[in-house]
Amino acid sequence: MTDAVEIVPVGVRRAAPDGMVERRGAGLWLTHLLLIAGVLVIFFPIWLAFVASTVTQPEIARPPMPVWPGGQFLENYRKALFAGVNVPVATMLFNSLVMAMGIAIGKIAISLLSAFAIVYFRFPGKSVFFWLIFLTLMLPVEVRIVPTYEVVAGFGMLNSYSGLIFPLIASATATFLFRQFFLTVPDELAEAARVDGARPMRFFVDILLPMSRTNIAALFVILFIYGWNQYLWPLLITTDPSMNTIVMGIKQMFPSGDDVADWPVIMATSILAMVPPVIVVVSMQRLFIRGLVDSEK
Amino acid sequence: MEKRVTFKGWLLPLLLIAPQVIVSAVFFFYPAEQAVWQSLFIPDPFGLSMQWVGLDNFRFLLSDPYYRASFVTTAIFSTLVTLVSLIPALFLAVLADRLIKGAGAYRTLLIWPYAVAPAVAGVLWLFMFNTRVGVVAWYLGRLGYDWNHVLNEAEAMGLVVVASSWGRISYNFLFFFAALQAIPKSVIEAAAIDGARFWRRFWTIVLPLLSPTTFFLLVVNIVYAFFETFGVIHTITSGGPQQATTILVYKVYADGFVGQDLGSSAAQSVILLVVVGLLTVIQFRFIERRVHY
Repeated sequence: MTDAVEIVPVGVRRAAPDGMVERRGAGLWLTHLLLIAGVLVIFFPIWLAFVASTVTQPEIARPPMPVWPGGQFLENYRKALFAGVNVPVATMLFNSLVMAMGIAIGKIAISLLSAFAIVYFRFPGKSVFFWLIFLTLMLPVEVRIVPTYEVVAGFGMLNSYSGLIFPLIASATATFLFRQFFLTVPDELAEAARVDGARPMRFFVDILLPMSRTNIAALFVILFIYGWNQYLWPLLITTDPSMNTIVMGIKQMFPSGDDVADWPVIMATSILAMVPPVIVVVSMQRLFIRGLVDSEK
Repeated sequence: MEKRVTFKGWLLPLLLIAPQVIVSAVFFFYPAEQAVWQSLFIPDPFGLSMQWVGLDNFRFLLSDPYYRASFVTTAIFSTLVTLVSLIPALFLAVLADRLIKGAGAYRTLLIWPYAVAPAVAGVLWLFMFNTRVGVVAWYLGRLGYDWNHVLNEAEAMGLVVVASSWGRISYNFLFFFAALQAIPKSVIEAAAIDGARFWRRFWTIVLPLLSPTTFFLLVVNIVYAFFETFGVIHTITSGGPQQATTILVYKVYADGFVGQDLGSSAAQSVILLVVVGLLTVIQFRFIERRVHY
């Protein structure tokens, strides 16, 4: 399998200056203008959410709401973080963090081990295991929610971190990624390790793991976002508000019936829910793009 | 593919592979098998016993007008989400690709909505179009348009489509932009020397060279619209009004957890399983082809 696309560093290909294909003058400005318009349109919902998180409830209740931030920033965020609606948002943030980290670390750990076994050993039943793992690629958790829920309930794992994490690491994407990578590692390295009398785990820890650093980091970024943004699964198994994750908890903050929603606090929570994954994506952009391309091939 | 150099022993590899096999067996194979098994039964009203009904659940589903309607809804929804997320992304990528300087900055500005969860995106768009406080709904009202996605089926569909597509534009932009940057510049220049203007170059050279990426994105976005948009639907419309936005995955949830109709829900899971299988086969066939591309 090859990459879906090749990532070329921006600017490298465009080293030679010429004006034949690229736009100059008015055309260049128009290009910038359209791109800025696109960025603004995409940015608009977040801006409104941010503004709403800094004003008072009456200011929102009488539309149209203000377009510029008000003075309630600290108050609204403090209220959201430490009081919330059903449960303090700080608790939900912590739950989300545990779930996202658990999924990312758990999936990477079991995948590294099983990819190592599949690539570097011949053992009975290997191809059976390989195809069993391969099958798990095909079925998202959304499709098997009822029976998976029953399994988790049967283990008494409702409202627990392990119930949030384990069903979501039962998928083979990461295993395939590491398998593909291990296959590209030169045979000479394993040979040398064997000649030097290194045991398999020594080779794994001292040679294979350091070589996989970038792949692990790239995958971590993708899996962290995947875990953080889960909605359906936490909705099903966290009936206790103190176990809610932030992404699913926002909807629970809306009142049922005709009561008016506490929009400033809800919007502050929405902003808090997107800050961690956005920081991860923007600060690790290169790894993120790499992980995205890798995990889709 | 096999390594020529392998380590000896069989106990160690079995131990290494055990965690993944156990997790997959308990949380994947057993539930999947249960889904298939349950789809052949209906529980009695008290949930005390199960009655074997064979393929009746499937027969009932396929003749159920609500289920058929849900199929149509899913088809419309995923087509619209794919179009609404692909076309603006291609447009922005083509624009960014024309820049010598600053393309990287635009990429940074455009990719991060990918990180926003579909459910959170749903809340943001719900806020803008909320019939009571929504800014956009309010301005539409001033223009004489009475927006009410709580009652109007087309408006509800439009809103969940836009909310689902919004973050996806980032993802598609990234792939289109990378593919555009990978097109050899000499090809474009040769066409320019021959007098082909921008649009002609775009239609005859750039778009055909983008076709592998476009096809890949088509499949990936359909999968996304099918399975990952639950959060958007649940936060904005809860499948309503009159099931106008009840896509298949939402119906599995609504029938299984809200309606407690386990047999039907399991049968729906099995049908979805077949759909996922087909999509995966299409994707893999495509990847096979792409190797020779």
